[in-house]
Amino acid sequence: MESIVERINQNKFWHFHGGIHPPEQKKSTNEKPIRQLSLPKQLILPLQQHIGRQGDLLVKVGDKVLKGQALTQSSNPMAVPVHAPTSGTISAIKKSVIAHPSGLSELCLFIDVDGEDTWRERNICQDFSQLSHQQIIGKIANAGIAGMGGAGFPTHIKVNTKPDINFLIINAAECEPYITADDLLMREHSTAIIDGIKILDQLLNPAFILIGIEDNKPQAIKALKHATESIEKIKVCVLETKYPSGGEKQLIKLLTGKEVASGALPIHSGIVVQNVATCFAISEAVINDTPLIRRVVTLAGQALAKPQNVWALLGTPVSYLLEQAGFVHEGQKQLANPPVIMGGPMMGFSILNENVPVVKTSNCILAPSKTEMPSAFDNNTSEVECIRCGQCAEVCPSQLLPQELQWSAKAKDHQQLTKLNLFDCIDCGACAYVCPSHIPLVQYYRVAKAEIRQQQQLDLKAEKAKERFEARKLRLEREKIAREEKHKKAAAARKAAMNKKTPEAGAAKSAVAAALARVKAKKAAGAKAQEISAEPQEVSNQVQDEKSQVKAAIARAKAKKEAKNKAVEPSVTPDVDTKQLSESSVSKTNVAEKAAPHKAADDKKAKIAAAIAKAKEKAKVKKAQEAELPTSAEAEKNPVGEQVKQTNVDDKKAKIAAAVAKAKAKAKAKAAEKKQAPASITENNSEEIK
Amino acid sequence: MINILIAIAVLGIIAACFGALLGYASVRYHVDGDPIVEQLDALLPQTQCGQCGYPGCKPYAEAVANGEAINKCAPGGEDTIKKIADLLGVDVQPLDENHEQDAGPKVAFIIEEDCIGCTKCIQACPVDAILGAAKQMHTIIADECTGCDLCVAPCPVDCIEMRPIPETIQNWQWDLNKIAITQVD
Repeated sequence: MESIVERINQNKFWHFHGGIHPPEQKKSTNEKPIRQLSLPKQLILPLQQHIGRQGDLLVKVGDKVLKGQALTQSSNPMAVPVHAPTSGTISAIKKSVIAHPSGLSELCLFIDVDGEDTWRERNICQDFSQLSHQQIIGKIANAGIAGMGGAGFPTHIKVNTKPDINFLIINAAECEPYITADDLLMREHSTAIIDGIKILDQLLNPAFILIGIEDNKPQAIKALKHATESIEKIKVCVLETKYPSGGEKQLIKLLTGKEVASGALPIHSGIVVQNVATCFAISEAVINDTPLIRRVVTLAGQALAKPQNVWALLGTPVSYLLEQAGFVHEGQKQLANPPVIMGGPMMGFSILNENVPVVKTSNCILAPSKTEMPSAFDNNTSEVECIRCGQCAEVCPSQLLPQELQWSAKAKDHQQLTKLNLFDCIDCGACAYVCPSHIPLVQYYRVAKAEIRQQQQLDLKAEKAKERFEARKLRLEREKIAREEKHKKAAAARKAAMNKKTPEAGAAKSAVAAALARVKAKKAAGAKAQEISAEPQEVSNQVQDEKSQVKAAIARAKAKKEAKNKAVEPSVTPDVDTKQLSESSVSKTNVAEKAAPHKAADDKKAKIAAAIAKAKEKAKVKKAQEAELPTSAEAEKNPVGEQVKQTNVDDKKAKIAAAVAKAKAKAKAKAAEKKQAPASITENNSEEIK
Repeated sequence: MINILIAIAVLGIIAACFGALLGYASVRYHVDGDPIVEQLDALLPQTQCGQCGYPGCKPYAEAVANGEAINKCAPGGEDTIKKIADLLGVDVQPLDENHEQDAGPKVAFIIEEDCIGCTKCIQACPVDAILGAAKQMHTIIADECTGCDLCVAPCPVDCIEMRPIPETIQNWQWDLNKIAITQVD
């Protein structure tokens, strides 16, 4: 620690491995002041402009908003609100292309600017030293500040740390070519930046505050030194210009000689790094109650007539900025889309649509000419085979092996890439810059990193799916066992109830026994019936008897008819019928009942069968009548027959009712005794009658 | 003669010693289960879709360990086949003809107005990613859905559809040659 301070005091700094010296190209913009632009007509504000999550909308289409009014909010600590950069009306909330290399669309707020630039109410804080830590952090969070150096990490999380901070490092290196936004900001707003640093000092209370700045910004160095003269704690450290000294880990190494381990964060070594532009935003937010609604953007490149730094409101479309800077398509008119790069030439990305808005992390818009950057114009990379010169490894600031990484990336060997510490690569592009074979090394790494991240996500998802699948299987198994258990229990309960000596149980038992007895009886009856059928003679005799009886009855009826001469009294015939048939039907029902004593349905069937038998018998009777009455007057016969028919129909019902009543009575009487012999005889009988 | 006996005795003792050692080792370092199944299971995509004909990824892993063809995992595709082939030291085979390579990751979506709350899809889901109760509208927990397609067929009113996962900033893949590397003179 002592030695570090000594060395810093002597302005002897450390070195990081590798690094390159690309042409700075800063002259065109660092000699002009930051320009104020007139208000654009429309602003496009992406809901998410930082790493983390987007907030929830607070406004809807048609709302009037004032400058500085919060448009989103969220309780999620990783969410950072966005604010209206000027007053106007929300004209739309829809998906629009955002500042991202993918050129994908995300949800954006469209604000129609009213031109009045009316502020919301602001509370200017005269003395921030009176504020508590939580108040300051709250103000920073509400102002929507995210790291303005490039990554866009929410600042209120970065500054909300435990004590024991050794070094607060302010990153003013601005090492990428062309970009001079921080340089100009330091020159013009050094006091505000120092105020921001003081606020951070109050929050973090570090042992030392080091401002790291490259020696190619003499005016900014002067301004900072002037502003920090009276403050012992703050030390402006002038560094040799070398790309990428502005990388977080590289700057730490340069200033303190400490190396941040692979995968570790600077905070683990007691170091916090903040960008100068972020310091400015913090002072604006805490002191002037001004949220992050504008930033300095360098407009550079030979395709611009007036390259300059401008104060751009967040959400300003790039096309508007280019127009203001005099974007000329000299010699490029044949090109539909002249290349425009957001960010610096080393780490930036081409934007495919000029309606892309400026966001919190956009520090530069680069519109190169073809002579300046020919590679940006032709998509066919002039990549040739690696000649194994090893220059890439020499310049790599993270001390990786770019050549090895390249081969593994091409082979998609993710394991090997991880082993080679691909994730320590900071995408600085130094390796691609020096490559004599023009291999776009960084692009390969970017693709590989995205693939590995995606693979990790998929693995995570697969792991989760597996867990859920296993859990479901266990659950199903458990439920099955529970169900079986339940069934077993229910069966056991039933058995127990049967075995109990309660009266109901006894009744149930005796009922079952009775049923069993009946079944046995029926079987015995069947056997007897077979024996009886061995005496058909007797049966046929009986049938003959019955037939003769019928004939006699008919004869009697005829005699009566003749006697009464038309005034017929046909009740005799039906009487005979009724007697006989009901007997047979009764016997049948009897049998039927015995066959299935507990089934009332069988009774019904038997009745129906009996009725059918009766009807048939009647038909026979009629036939007999017809046959025996040829001598009697034919004219007489027909009406009589009709009468008989009618009465028959009426009688049928009565007969059935009688049969049922008898059957019931018999069933009751005979329920206990089992004398089937006559019944079976009559059964056979009735069958023969049929 | 005595020399021969001594030799036999010495060799016998050595053999007994090594036998005892091996016996001990087999008990001491006993491995439960078949580790190859676990390794195979780790390679499979865990969609639990059953397209391979087995009820889940683990059963298929067990089957492969017992000699089943390695080319039946449609969601895993060629990559998975390659990895399994590497692990088992067998030849890479093209994806089984009966199985079509998935077009891309998908997620089930229930058209909620049409859902009658029959719970059939809930019973079909292998990862319990459908939320709902009888006669109540069901919905998919999109983060848990593996896109296995198994809930689509049981739905009596055809209110489930498989939707491709939209490309967002989070899952976007860098496309080479889209961004030209800039070389400044």
